[in-house]
Amino acid sequence: MSITTWTWVLIGITFAIYILVAIRARALSTGAFYAAERTIHPVLNGMATGADWMSAASFISMAGLISFMGRDGSMYLLGWTGGYVLLAMLLAPYLRKYGKFTVPSFIGDRYYSQSARIVSLLCAIFISFTYVAGQMRGVGVVFSRFLNVPINTGVVIGMCIVFFYAVLGGMKGITYTQVAQYCVLIVAYLIPAIYISIMLTGNPIPALGFGSSISADGARLLNDSSLQGRYLLDALNGIHRDLGLAEYTSGVRPKIDVFFIVVALMVGTAGLPHVIIRFFTVPKIRDARASAGWALIFIVLLYTAAPAVAAFARTNFIKSIHNVHYADAPDWFKNWEETGLIAWVDKNDDGIMQYGPGKVFAGPPKYSGTTGHYGQAMVTNVVCNDPNELYIDQDIMVLANPEIARLPNWVVALVAAGGLAAALSTAAGLLLVIYSSISHDLMKGVLMPSMSEKGELLWARCGAAGAVVVAGLLGIFPPGFVAQVVAFAFGLAAASFFPAIIMGIFNKKTNVYGAMTGMIAGIGFTAIYIVYFKFINPGANKPDNWWLGISPEGIGTVGMLINFALLITVSKFTPEPPQEIQDLVGRLRYPVERTRGETKVTTRARSPY
Amino acid sequence: MEREQELQSYWISNIKYIAVLLSIWFVVSYLCGIILVDQLDAFSIAGFPVGFWFANQGAEVTFCLLILVYVRLMNRLDKKYNVFED
Repeated sequence: MSITTWTWVLIGITFAIYILVAIRARALSTGAFYAAERTIHPVLNGMATGADWMSAASFISMAGLISFMGRDGSMYLLGWTGGYVLLAMLLAPYLRKYGKFTVPSFIGDRYYSQSARIVSLLCAIFISFTYVAGQMRGVGVVFSRFLNVPINTGVVIGMCIVFFYAVLGGMKGITYTQVAQYCVLIVAYLIPAIYISIMLTGNPIPALGFGSSISADGARLLNDSSLQGRYLLDALNGIHRDLGLAEYTSGVRPKIDVFFIVVALMVGTAGLPHVIIRFFTVPKIRDARASAGWALIFIVLLYTAAPAVAAFARTNFIKSIHNVHYADAPDWFKNWEETGLIAWVDKNDDGIMQYGPGKVFAGPPKYSGTTGHYGQAMVTNVVCNDPNELYIDQDIMVLANPEIARLPNWVVALVAAGGLAAALSTAAGLLLVIYSSISHDLMKGVLMPSMSEKGELLWARCGAAGAVVVAGLLGIFPPGFVAQVVAFAFGLAAASFFPAIIMGIFNKKTNVYGAMTGMIAGIGFTAIYIVYFKFINPGANKPDNWWLGISPEGIGTVGMLINFALLITVSKFTPEPPQEIQDLVGRLRYPVERTRGETKVTTRARSPY
Repeated sequence: MEREQELQSYWISNIKYIAVLLSIWFVVSYLCGIILVDQLDAFSIAGFPVGFWFANQGAEVTFCLLILVYVRLMNRLDKKYNVFED
């Protein structure tokens, strides 16, 4: 069967599974709609969290990013895993004990303030919309690349699927589909990785394979017998040196910037509402802790394979392209040439493709529609002076990896199904945050407190439907700044929610004045810095101009520190919170008080406003 | 009142666990993976420069272990202070 047929078959099967699961897990109460009735087993919740967390970017782009950044790319691996340790120890168990459905409702109640609730619900909605736009776009991109469907049709197909299970099933439907999606995406990621690891090094575990030496078969695959028996990373460093590039295992980014980015990503992870609410779905406090552990294990399964995929793909890639005549270029090169992910400009007019440091041309490739001397697709971009002749998009490292390693067609198709699973699962989790913020916090909490259970459920379904449509529109008409604002999502989560929640639990005396000044100053500072460098003056976005050498991606860390500092100082000089709030905080700190006859965490299906 | 103090010492034990585990969290990621990465890269285990390995895999795997240890410690502590759930 051809790649296209395989892709249709696998996508068809996986989508059918998601729909079936959604029909079986319909939600009939607000408790089921927001928190799956708190009946999810911690291992399943871990899987759902893994799928929720690993987005189109983790699946499609991360390995490619790492393969171009070398050791610096590890900041994504560190930053996107370390937050779970914070979640398990500092947030999840206490928020689960609190027993509400959303992050804004915790902040609103803990700081006994409607304004705090509104600020945090606006943040939650903003963060989630910026994030979800990229996911819907990702669905469209996967469809267009693998099936030649227009991107917008792909977005609409994705919208229909998410609409179906989010509106019908709420949290319950989303959780069980996410479990299925995790299984699809991890299999889709690991199978090509294992294949390639065996081919190059003979080691079936990719995470160990990239520290092993290249086997005889591997050297044959790479067309270079001198590489046999050398450590893969050593060989890759050698290849880089020969091309005039910095060694693969060396880092070039300033340490201080890497440090701040990693903090912002870790703390941002722990503050992202779509991750936090997953821990509201488990039955017990100890399940919330365990669930964070399971989630991290399921994530690390993919995250330890990612740097291996990056190193394998890079070695394979350079070896099969560099110094090869275009006429002898492998098939995949020509297949992907028209997708805008790869391009060759014959600068020295010798018909041979040369890879090296520097840029090929300015911006992403714009094809003229004509073919050059050797049959290559021509571009109309302004060509740069650097000797490099090959434009390579980072996404190709995962998308085309199976083809580069000449794996069977069904493996190529599996990658498409995995990419869709990653994008859809994250989109669903984000939509849940958006509609629960609207129906539970805005409508029920602020505007119409006397609303009935049935009314709230109706609002939740309408909110879900509305959010899916808006997310789809953002995918079809992507605002030009989607890529730039991802830093926003993490930076804002780090600078707004994290300090307010942590201090709300670990310090009884923090009050509404401290929380509000802290959140507003943290958000304000972070937003101004990012907006300045990304929108107002993008030309100045260079290390020399950054404050202390901290990039906009890492500035959320400073925002967080400002938030903490103000939160603590202002709380010291303003009246303490009321006694009942201090008692509430005290009760968050242990699971149940058995001497008072409590044996289970009380779960109120309704929240007492 | 005595019970109040018991719950207080439960909380303090919890904070001690967190402090120790988060110090390890800091050492494997920020210290070994970022601050001292170049110094550690001078050594290699199998085909991995040590600093590179911590940043790419070592820290991530340690994170998993840290959570598992915390879960175990807290389950025991819950029992000891009679605050466990059925």
